[in-house]
This record gives sequence, structure tokens and C-alpha cells, in this order.
Amino acid sequence: MIATRDAYGEALAELGGENDKIVVLDADLSGSTKTGVFAKKFPNRFFNMGIAEANMVGTAAGLAAVGKVPFLSTFAIFAAGRGWEQIRQSVAYPKANVKIVATHGGVTVGEDGGSHQSVEDVAIMRAIPNMTVIVPADGEETKGAIRAAAAYKGPVYVRLGRNKVPSVFPAGHQFEIGKGVVVVPGTDLTFITTGLMTAAAVTAAEKLKAEGISARVLHIGTIKPLDKELVLQAAEETGAIVTAEEHSVVGGLGGAVAEFLAETRPTLMKRVGVYDRFGTSGKSDELLKYFGLNAETLIEEAREIVSRKK
Amino acid sequence: MKEKIADLEEKARRLRVAIVKTLHKSQSGHTGGSLSAIDMVCALYFHKMRHNPAEPAWEGRDRFVLSKGHAAPALYVTLAECGYFPPEDLMMLRRLGSHLQGHPDSKGTPGVDVCTGSLGQGLSMANGMALGLKLDGKENRVYAVLGDGELQEGQIWEAAMAAAHYKSDNLCALIDSNGLQIDGDVSKVMNVNSISDKFKAFGWNVIEIDGHDMGQIVAALDHAEAHKGAPTAIVAKTVKGKGVHLFENKASYHGVTPNDDELPEALRCLGCCD
Repeated sequence: MIATRDAYGEALAELGGENDKIVVLDADLSGSTKTGVFAKKFPNRFFNMGIAEANMVGTAAGLAAVGKVPFLSTFAIFAAGRGWEQIRQSVAYPKANVKIVATHGGVTVGEDGGSHQSVEDVAIMRAIPNMTVIVPADGEETKGAIRAAAAYKGPVYVRLGRNKVPSVFPAGHQFEIGKGVVVVPGTDLTFITTGLMTAAAVTAAEKLKAEGISARVLHIGTIKPLDKELVLQAAEETGAIVTAEEHSVVGGLGGAVAEFLAETRPTLMKRVGVYDRFGTSGKSDELLKYFGLNAETLIEEAREIVSRKK
Repeated sequence: MKEKIADLEEKARRLRVAIVKTLHKSQSGHTGGSLSAIDMVCALYFHKMRHNPAEPAWEGRDRFVLSKGHAAPALYVTLAECGYFPPEDLMMLRRLGSHLQGHPDSKGTPGVDVCTGSLGQGLSMANGMALGLKLDGKENRVYAVLGDGELQEGQIWEAAMAAAHYKSDNLCALIDSNGLQIDGDVSKVMNVNSISDKFKAFGWNVIEIDGHDMGQIVAALDHAEAHKGAPTAIVAKTVKGKGVHLFENKASYHGVTPNDDELPEALRCLGCCD
């Protein structure tokens, strides 16, 4: 169990030693986003921009324009929300080599409440041309994703979480932008999941096996570009899809999969996520239950969708 | 020096002619703000900045950011005059398929380093460039041209704060203070005065000039380069539509181009007989 933001801090500091073009910007949250680890190691290449996210995004674009590889971090709500138009105009439109690594995505931000729980960031980032959107499942995948983002030339949005999450992938797992991973094979339905919902889907698949339901788990680490090949294969081979994400059902992974399948192979589908509402204060595990973002919900939806197949 | 100034003035006159002809051809674009900024853009490209039109991505170049991106015609005619691309391209301004987009686009136009046009974002990018160049121990400078109406954007002041905080003395902002914006007088729409006092309060070195006096522009740019420890803001009083009386000091010419009837008179004003 490790928080994806902790894996990020570690990976970034490691990358900093390998590539001196990497610079890091934060908006007064370096302790929480874990860019502080990099800052301590490479103080000259770290810029605290204060509580001014719009300017942070623009500054990163300028640093990229003179050959740097800037990583900027703050909470998802501020990075994608406050910084949206700057990301669109100053980063994505010129295809600037800026990496936006947003932590504290989703409802697991917890006690801070709805004002701080970003359930829309994946949707609004995905809508921007030239943007790559990554939501890792665990610490190991995060490390790979950060490396892949640094190696890729162009804008990348990586969404991380606040809390420790179960491991899905083994140490040394190779991450490739745009490639999904079948974590559990199955034939009756496919859970297409991202972020912390992949671990929940693995748990759900194990329990469903005892009931005689064979659930595939397809983890989508890159929401954009979507791995259409594996999604289509899942639709063709299992005929029923349940998507799950710690995000609004509007415009995120569920939206992306639904858009794609509606036009290529209409398939029985259910989206698990936050149903067009804001978050609320509470402990993160309470909130996951409150919003139905857990294995129990996935099991219920799996039974339901499999019964509809008949 | 006197000769140099006279050369720059003649160059600026020719660039004004090119702006008028380009905008007459495109029948879309921003006349007033292009004509108010052109003397400063001219001084930068033909006097101050180190750059190489034959090698737009030359590492040793100074950087330019047109934060008031709607004055793109001023930048485009200057880049064409320098030789970054053929002058014929100007006649394709804003046309489908042209690299000369309505607002500067680094993806297509040689000599353009960043995308601007959504106001308030250029100073942040300019400061990012300045920070990056300093980090590499380079002497290169970064120049950004801003509008006065643009200063109403909050991001400008975030950037002003950051540039002073990081002592970006390789950064120079030129404020094209023509006093007009789309809806009328800047002071009436949303007063930004005193611009100088605001930048001073943010910790900037501030120089006030007449933005159409080539001697003052050149002197201010030299002074800015010599100033260490803080970024410089050159607050330039300008006239929107400068050089063509038909367009001067008229907010209505912000986004309006010369029509067929106005063209001969506009060119006559600029001492152009062809």
C-alpha cells in the first residue's frame, strides 16, 4: 500500500538526477503533492509559484519554450480547474512539453469536502486537443507513468490520489502511454476501470468467480488516447461492460468508453462513478462507500448486467 | 545614433504601410493596437534583440512574446521584413490554410515561440522563459509586449509578482498604453491607472516613455538591459491607430480593418505613393 502521490515524489526526484532539463513548479502545496522531495534534492530547479495556479501554468509553458521539461503540481481541483484555460491556450494549443501532475483527485480528498474534491478534471482535460490523460492504479504504475510522461514530448495530465491504495502491479511494471492492461481474464463481462477502482474490480472479480461469473478486469491507465483495441475486444468477447472511476460519470473513462462503443459496437454498459453531483466531507473510505465506489457496487452491477445479457 | 534612430523611424513607417495593406487584404484583424505597438516591435527586432531569421530556433536568440496577441499583424509584418518568411505570406493572413493565424501560433509561424491571444497569459510565459534562460546561465533576454487593457487580467499581476520575486532582470515588459479597449476608454471600462505605480509596487524597475518616440524607446530598452536585480516595465504612452488619422484614438478601430475607401488616404498618411 502506497499513495500514488508518494510514488510520484520518489519517481520525480529520481528522474531529476537523470535529466537536468526537468524543472518542477508547485503552488504552495509541495508537502502534499510530494514535489518537496525534488525541491530538497534540486532546489535550483524547483519554483514555488505561490498560490497562483494560472501563472504557474504559464510559467511552465515558458520554461518548456526554452527547452526545459517542466512538471507542475497542485491539487487536481486547482490544476485542472483554476488552470484550465491556461492549460488550453499556453500548453496544449502550442503542444508545449509540460507535465501536469495533479494530486488529490476525486472524493478521497476526504474531510476537506466538496470544494476540494475534483470529480470533473479528467473530463475537462480529455476535452482538450493534444492532451494525454493518465490515471494510474497504484504506486508502481505511477512511477512508470511519470517516466513515460517525461520521455513523451508534449502535454500530459496525470491524476493522482491522496491516500494509500492497494498494489495492482508488481515491482518493475512497464507503463506504456495508451496501452490498457488485462489484469484479470474473464468472459462474462468486463470491468473497465481506472485509478483506485482497478483494485476494487480485482476484488470484485475474485468474489464473482465463486458465484460462477467470470469477470474480466481491463485497467485503463491512459484515458486519452484510449486503448480502443482492448476496449473493443472486451466488448466483442464479453458482451457487457461495467466502467468504474473515482470521477463523474460525465466525460471521464465511462464517457470515453461509451462514446467509442456507441459508434463502433453498441454494448450493454453501466458506468460506475459519481453521478453528476459534488463531493462532501467525510473520511475517504466512508466517501468511497457513500458514492458506491467499491467492490460491492461492482459485484451488484456485474450480476445485474450479466442477467440482462440473457 | 541619430542616423540609427532615423533608420528605425523609416523602418517603422514601412511596417505601418505593411500593416495597413495586410489588414486591408484580410478584411479581418486588429488595426488600432497593431499601429500603436509597431514602433516598439520595430525597435526590438531591428535594434535590440539578438536573433537570426535564417535560424529561427537559434539558441542564442533573445525571446519575444506578443502578450497582446491581437496585434499579430504588427509582429507578422516585422517577421516578414526580417526575412523569417516571404512577405507574400502576409496576404494570406487569417485565411484557411495560412500559417498566419488570427493570433500568434508557434506551431506554424517561423519566429513565433509561444501561442498568445487569450489576454493575460503572455507575461507568465515570458517569465518562464526568463527563468529557464537564467537557469542555464544564459545572457539572453526576454521581451513581452502587453496592452494596457490587458492589465485588467489578474494573471498579469500573478506574473508581475513572480518575476519580481525571482528577480528576473532578463525580462522586460513593454506596456502599449494606448488608453483604449473594445468597449471604450480603459479608464472608464476598468481603470488600471496608475500602471507605473502598480508595477513599482510589485517591485519592478519602471520607465515611462512616449511609445512613438524612437529615441526614447531605444534608450529605455538599453536602460532596461543595464538594470540588475529586478525586471523592467517600460510604460509607453501610445496612440491607438497611430500614423493614420482616420484610425487614431478610435476604440471603434480596435478590431476593424481599413476598407477600400480608407486605403488610399491611410497610405497617403504614411507617405506611401504606391
